[in-house]
Amino acid sequence: MKSWIAFKSILMKDMRNYYLKPPNISWGIIFPFAWTLMFFLRSQTTMDIRSILPGVMAMSILFGTTSMLAVTITFERRSRSFERLLLAPIDLNLLMLAKTTGAILFGIINAFVPVVFASFIVDLTGINWFVVFGSVFFIAVTSTFLGLLIAVTVSEVFEAQTFSNFFRFPMIFLCGLFIPVQKLPAILQPLSYLIPLTYGADILKTAINGEGHLLLGLSFFMLVMFSLMFFIISTKNIKEKWIY
Amino acid sequence: MNILEVKNLTKRYGDFTAVAGINFAVKKGDVFGFLGPNGAGKTTTINMLTGLAKVTEGTVFLAGIDCVKHMKKAQELMGIVPDESNLYPEMNGLENLDFCGALYGMEKKERNRKAWELLEQVGLKEAAKKPFKAYSKGMKRRLTIAAGIIHNPDILFLDEPTTGIDVESARHIRKLLIDLNKSGTTIFLTTHYIEEAERLCNRIAFIVDGKIVKIDSTEKLLETAQREKIVQFSVDNCILELQGILQQTFPEYKYKVIDEQTIRVYSAEAIDLIPIIEVFKDNSLTLYEAKVIKPSLEEVFVKITGIEAKKMKNEGGKK
Ligand SMILES: Nc1ncnc2c1ncn2[C@@H]1O[C@H](COP(=O)(O)OP(=O)(O)OP(=O)(O)O)[C@@H](O)[C@H]1O
Ligand SMILES: [Mg+2]
Repeated sequence: MKSWIAFKSILMKDMRNYYLKPPNISWGIIFPFAWTLMFFLRSQTTMDIRSILPGVMAMSILFGTTSMLAVTITFERRSRSFERLLLAPIDLNLLMLAKTTGAILFGIINAFVPVVFASFIVDLTGINWFVVFGSVFFIAVTSTFLGLLIAVTVSEVFEAQTFSNFFRFPMIFLCGLFIPVQKLPAILQPLSYLIPLTYGADILKTAINGEGHLLLGLSFFMLVMFSLMFFIISTKNIKEKWIY
Repeated sequence: MNILEVKNLTKRYGDFTAVAGINFAVKKGDVFGFLGPNGAGKTTTINMLTGLAKVTEGTVFLAGIDCVKHMKKAQELMGIVPDESNLYPEMNGLENLDFCGALYGMEKKERNRKAWELLEQVGLKEAAKKPFKAYSKGMKRRLTIAAGIIHNPDILFLDEPTTGIDVESARHIRKLLIDLNKSGTTIFLTTHYIEEAERLCNRIAFIVDGKIVKIDSTEKLLETAQREKIVQFSVDNCILELQGILQQTFPEYKYKVIDEQTIRVYSAEAIDLIPIIEVFKDNSLTLYEAKVIKPSLEEVFVKITGIEAKKMKNEGGKK
């Protein structure tokens, strides 16, 4: 009960202080909106829009979540207010979940911005929304925890941003959203399967267009595995480096 | 009853030893002062006690809880005021306090009640809705202390609570700490103001180079110092030559020239003033003031750290 009060307060504070602040809201809305517009304008037919939707959704999640972590973790670490959290009687795992839940929710909301836009232009019937929501959730969790890992590895906000881009752009390229994995040069293909987004993208493609080629169960399993791995390494890093 | 027991507490950063196997205990109801110069290891010690730094060696027990193994459990009993305010700059005073209360699992209603009570107590009621970043240094420190006690901790740790703020704010804070202690909170504070330690603390540990060179009750420390008698004489003319004459006449005393017209006489026994005054007279000096100086903790500190720290270094060298 006590832990729950702390968890809720940390989450609400981050929401108020970071996620609901105009610059971040606009980042969350405008960014997916810009992606959507850019891709939708380029596509010639409405069928294209639907085939591009999974990619736009995944990118919105990836960029939304990882950028937020740089602020909520790295910034607070710089200003030393993160120490206050470490000094509170809250289990470190719970604390990190509290610090990341906001970003996960933010990512999920970001993912549906392009869906809302697309719904005005194309027919979205025949989509398995249950699977879509599941994959959006797990992509949001995985990329939030990736953002967490980056945030606890660096010490400056700008480093976190730069470092994130170092991961984000290759991920977009390799995950098979815009260029199917099979069409990538053979040497790059194994790399694709080391990227969590590849699995998330495949689930989205299956659910929206039936174009995925991996087993749904396997993809979900891989996303959970990546999430766990990122989270465990992150908390271990904090224990080792921040409690020095 | 000891609330905090520290044995052989050691912190090493690579080859460098910041805290070198210190031992002490804090009794329930104590105001325990950790007094030492810059770099002595005060912050490092507090960080180890509160869970921000790992203990390299040694044990810490707080109210019977093994802090090395179960820090999260021990933290429930602690209030912590760091040397630099680490509240949230964008949030106002009230929000900051509310949030800190929530971190310790306090219910909303109770948090709100306690937050207002504390804002009143630290004189920040008017500033409650101002963002923390707009606070002055002294206001920041006061709010940080309020944030440290909102959950009614059994023991409050403060790292240099009055460093870098004005006299008035410092006085306010000292008063606050005294009241807090009277209402039952044990206090552990670090400081490099000797006078502050003397005024606030009932037990003091002197820490130099990561080692405790002296630890005792403030009373006992002062008693030792005050066994020495000091009389200060002020005359109307230069007394530099007089020191030699006094030295010859009364070799049992020690002397120290404070300035051209002031000299201090030190003795373990009571000082007989008349013969000294006669020496002044014989040398045609007008004595216009003679006063007894009461040694303060400062004298004790200088004496002890000066001597003992040197001795310790020699011992360290022998090893
Ligand atoms: N993370 C660290 N790595 C290496 N050395 C450190 C680290 N933190 C502190 N030290 C060293 O340990 C010693 C004790 O530092 P500490 O901050 O505990 O001193 P302090 O008594 O609090 O001093 P001050 O009055 O300046 O606050 C110093 O020599 C400092 O340089
Ligand atoms: Mg310090």
